[in-house]
Amino acid sequence: MTDTTQSSPDFSNDILLKMRDIRIDGYSDEQWHPIIKGVDVTLRRGEIMGLIGESGAGKSTLGKAAMGYTQPGCKLTSGSILFDGVDLAKASDRDKRMLWGTRIAYVAQSAAASFNPAHRLIDQTVEAATRRGIRPDADSRTDAVELYRALQLPDPEIIGNRYPHQVSGGQLQRVMTAMAMSPRPDLIIFDEPTTALDVTTQVEVLASMRNIVEEFNTAAIYITHDLAVVAQMADFIQVLRYGEEVEAAPTRQMLTKPEMPYTKSLWSVRALEKPEVKGEDIVLSIDNIDAAYGPQQVLFDVSIKLPRGRTVAVVGESGSGKSTTARVITGLLPPLGGTVTFNGEVLPAALKDRSKEQLQQIQMIYQMADTAMNPRQTVEEIIGRPLEFYMGLKGKQREERILELLDMIELDESFMDRLPSELSGGQKQRICIARALAARPDIIICDEVTSALDQIVQEGILQLLLRLQKKYDITYLFITHDIATVKAISDEIVVMLEGKVVEQGLKSEILSPPYPDYTKLLLSSVPDMDPDWLTNFLEQRSD
Amino acid sequence: MSEQPVTYSASAEVGAVRKRRSRLERIGLLLKSAPATAWFGMIVVFFYICVAIFADLLAPYGEAEIHAAAFAPWGDEFFFGTDQIGRDVLTRLIYGARNTMGIALATTILSFLIGGGLGLVAAINRRWLDQALSRFVDVLMAIPSLIFALMLLSIFGSTITSLIIIIAVLDSTRVFRLTRAVAVNVAVMDYVEAAKLRGEGLGWIMRREILPNIMPPLVAEFGLRFCFVFLTIAALSFLGVGIQPPTADWGSMVRANASLIQFAKYDMTAAITPLLPAAAIALLTVAVNFIVDWFLHKTSGLRE
Repeated sequence: MTDTTQSSPDFSNDILLKMRDIRIDGYSDEQWHPIIKGVDVTLRRGEIMGLIGESGAGKSTLGKAAMGYTQPGCKLTSGSILFDGVDLAKASDRDKRMLWGTRIAYVAQSAAASFNPAHRLIDQTVEAATRRGIRPDADSRTDAVELYRALQLPDPEIIGNRYPHQVSGGQLQRVMTAMAMSPRPDLIIFDEPTTALDVTTQVEVLASMRNIVEEFNTAAIYITHDLAVVAQMADFIQVLRYGEEVEAAPTRQMLTKPEMPYTKSLWSVRALEKPEVKGEDIVLSIDNIDAAYGPQQVLFDVSIKLPRGRTVAVVGESGSGKSTTARVITGLLPPLGGTVTFNGEVLPAALKDRSKEQLQQIQMIYQMADTAMNPRQTVEEIIGRPLEFYMGLKGKQREERILELLDMIELDESFMDRLPSELSGGQKQRICIARALAARPDIIICDEVTSALDQIVQEGILQLLLRLQKKYDITYLFITHDIATVKAISDEIVVMLEGKVVEQGLKSEILSPPYPDYTKLLLSSVPDMDPDWLTNFLEQRSD
Repeated sequence: MSEQPVTYSASAEVGAVRKRRSRLERIGLLLKSAPATAWFGMIVVFFYICVAIFADLLAPYGEAEIHAAAFAPWGDEFFFGTDQIGRDVLTRLIYGARNTMGIALATTILSFLIGGGLGLVAAINRRWLDQALSRFVDVLMAIPSLIFALMLLSIFGSTITSLIIIIAVLDSTRVFRLTRAVAVNVAVMDYVEAAKLRGEGLGWIMRREILPNIMPPLVAEFGLRFCFVFLTIAALSFLGVGIQPPTADWGSMVRANASLIQFAKYDMTAAITPLLPAAAIALLTVAVNFIVDWFLHKTSGLRE
């Protein structure tokens, strides 16, 4: 700790942040709604607090309020935010700007969107420390390399000379942590920093974040919806719902003895598991598929069979060829070799050669419901279009069928004229499911459909998918990197690595030993609800 | 917390649940939220459109009717006086609204149809067609447009139809570039892929999936292009190949009466006469851009 220029004169008080009765209103649909309804937060120096809740619970808003910042369209209506003796609720913008980036740092969910693509990483890492004159630029650069090393980034001396697009998502997230640490802040706010990462990458990032925060005795607020992650990071956990505190307790106590029914329900989400059923009637099979993007081959001799009315989960990290397999099945990417057989007939390789009936039978649900729906179309148009297009439904018939579909996905008539921007994440994904269902398909390809959602919403979506499968005998090809999801929904599992199928079989066979090496790594990288899990995992690995 | 349901409910996920609204209600809400500038713009444009449509009824004299007194002062007989060969200025202003706005609007719309349509096709196709169109547009843009327009007008003759088509084609190169650039970003979105997977044709993908999402920059460009077309026509008229007399047009009216400005020290009203058509252009430009601004504000989701 070389920073002495800005530390507080009051050393006796080890409470760093004290937020009292925070109330924040947000403006939408022409009126003000309360988002945070009187929450208290107390954080001591060097402590890590976990803030969890489903989306819309107000956890990000509260996290940002800890910096004295409210998003556009939100306003702090009452409460005090005492940061090291300064009330940020009353401080001027200028005073707050002097604190931000130097004494309070923020690590955002999407590192890719938070870096300026036109500047080198190291320039952005040292920017805050240099501009505020905390130490000379050259020192900051040496220090940045040390931080990169502490965060276990590869080639710490030279990685800073790269541009944001030249490093992976997990590395970028760690560089962002280095950027936040560079001025040696007293408080870091992590806003879902690992949500967008693969399980195997997530472990690395979590471990390095925890180490560095401990090393410099920095206080942190860790915002997430993933309980297992928060269990590894936090000293104590605060659960939010509808902008109110549900429960707050030290991590171990919270995990073993949650008191409120809502907290208990959060804890039980991961228990969802579908009994596996072996399927005989093969509805779709792909055989010996080789595929390439331009000169680079990404799929090597991939063969998968889908039994009717069952779920086949395709597991693997990003870049393993899961989504490419889906693109070959749908015809978006004609393969170099191999065939796709549907109901006994070989499908044409290219999308434009397939008939309307063939297209209708295979529908797709995407990972990002945001980008999978046209933002200028209402729910009625989104769901109604396949009805018009495939079945020629019009007017009253069309409307009735839309209402029926909305009913299936547990939404009601009031959603008909909403735009995607007026829906929550889970609702958006439900509309995408309805759009796929509208075509009455035999097969639905689900590409990471739950990975962008909160756990409790995930569970809702998975249960919906299971119910629909039972009722309409739909076959799912479920692409995911999340083992908990696989347990919940699949009958059979296909493990992929670097464009090849590593293992394939019934769920019970794959998820029980002996595992091939890669399956083992994948399974062991999923955090448990045990607060010692990360420590144990790292110890085991170093052995 | 006690009044909140513990069980999960999909439709309660968003805090604000609202009733379904009809199309009419939505338009009503939209108009209610319009700021004063947008209202000003809408009223002015509405007024101009009325004048253009009812020009025959509103104008006191005929469009090309010549009276005995040239450069007559403002008065009861000729409200804004007469021009250099004795035509009533008010009458010419009213007919000018129809001609100038009609030609400018037709030109801009045509240039957006050509440029926008081809730009969208190029953005979706992305292969040889994109290359061919883009390079052809590059060639067109390499030639100074005013000189090119002069050349083409002297080949095809200065009729209103050829004027509209030539300016529209030359202007469409810029629209093409813009449309292609913004449409390429949208064409890679999942919902476009979803539409392709559904089996939708090129027309649907262009009109329904991509076009609504690139409207904001296109509308902004429309407002700007509309004003530039005025200037191009006025410049061409100045060079004698634009709108031919006796058709009234604001651009050429400014030029024809420009010399009156030097009489400002004797008769203020005379000096204002050449500024009237200029003011008409300026007011319309401002009004159109107020509306465009409001539209942009609405669609881009910007908040202060």
